[in-house]
Amino acid sequence: MNNLILSNSLRFIGLVLLQVLILNHINLFGYLNPMVYIVWIFLFPLKKNRSLFLILSFLFGLSVDIFSDSGGINAAATLFIAFIRISVLKTILRKSDFDYLLFNIRSLSIDKIFLYIATLTIIHHFIVFSLEYFSFNAFITILKNTIFTSIFTIILSILGILLFTKKK
Amino acid sequence: MQQLFYFIKKFRYSLLFILLEILALYFTIQHHSYHTSRFINSANFVTGGIYSKANSINEFFLLKDENKLLIEENIRLKNQLNKQNFNSSNNYFIVSDTSKYFQQYEYTSAKVINNNFTKRNNLLTINKGNNQGVDRDLGIINSAGIIGVVKNISSNFSTVLSILNENSRINIRLKNSNHYGTLVWNGKDYKTLQITDIPRQAIINIGDSIITGGKSAIFPEGINVGVIKDFKFENNQYNEINVSLFNDMSSIGYVQVIKNLKKKEQKELEEKSINE
Repeated sequence: MNNLILSNSLRFIGLVLLQVLILNHINLFGYLNPMVYIVWIFLFPLKKNRSLFLILSFLFGLSVDIFSDSGGINAAATLFIAFIRISVLKTILRKSDFDYLLFNIRSLSIDKIFLYIATLTIIHHFIVFSLEYFSFNAFITILKNTIFTSIFTIILSILGILLFTKKK
Repeated sequence: MQQLFYFIKKFRYSLLFILLEILALYFTIQHHSYHTSRFINSANFVTGGIYSKANSINEFFLLKDENKLLIEENIRLKNQLNKQNFNSSNNYFIVSDTSKYFQQYEYTSAKVINNNFTKRNNLLTINKGNNQGVDRDLGIINSAGIIGVVKNISSNFSTVLSILNENSRINIRLKNSNHYGTLVWNGKDYKTLQITDIPRQAIINIGDSIITGGKSAIFPEGINVGVIKDFKFENNQYNEINVSLFNDMSSIGYVQVIKNLKKKEQKELEEKSINE
């Protein structure tokens, strides 16, 4: 139990620092910066209190915002994917109720993991770029940024999860 | 009443979600309007401290470029100094009364510890703040050209509204004539900015130099900005004037903060004239 709190707190701080110190300055092809910090949302245990999870993910997004001077953009997007996470999982696994206690992302097959991460990442990135540009005229730019950045984020997230989590 | 409690209990997650989402959108909208984002900015003790630690590691790898810039600036300043000697020796009979001169601009150096240029609205963080005499609305330049205007300050750090920002409007003029315009950014390429509000009487050629106009009381007149890259002249009006910057906004190290010592006097006079 304590181990779980400790590992999630460390992941919280580690991912924020990784995002703001390294990933925000990658600038692949001049403008692509992956937003891998949302891995924290994917890995957060399901059995935890839902209100706590919503408040924590809001604070998580807000800490990235404070570092990158972007108002509340990341907080809004991160909170949204935290809210829809369970519904997305239920749709992907085609189960109305599954084992909350024993759920582990590594127990899913690789195509399910991909679908889960890709859906949430694309939704998250679309919200981030819409709020950043804040205008209908920039719709093409928003879509372009969403698609290319999502590809980059999804690849890095899946590699990160496969490398740094234990299979049960 | 009981039904109300039941309703709240049933939808408590959704209500919490909506509440927090409204808070996040409030921060976002506040961020989009200039001068009001007081809470969520990187000019504070924690983020400023972390950024300056990370920057001191990064700085080591940029020493070579930084030295090159300094040498270039030194050479330019030395040339100017020599020119002045030559002029004063010709006009030796003019006695200049130094008591008539008052310093108008004061320069201090600062270091950019967090640079952004890929987003639509870019903000930088520098390592000087209130304690070092930095205030809101001071201009930031480096040896190659303009960079931005100070937005938020804390005791030891400040955030800078980069010229690569939707809210940035800088008064500029053509070097070879007195036609003024406004420098804005359309968010596409960080090397290219746009000019609006230039009168159609102005004669523009590709390659013309653009300098700051000095109308705004933030930047002194004559700081380099860039050269005209291309433009369209349609229906007797200028559309889409693109300027390629002298400055490379992707690598900025040391910068200078410009303080206009006579700004208060100028503003007061202007306000008085408008009110009358």
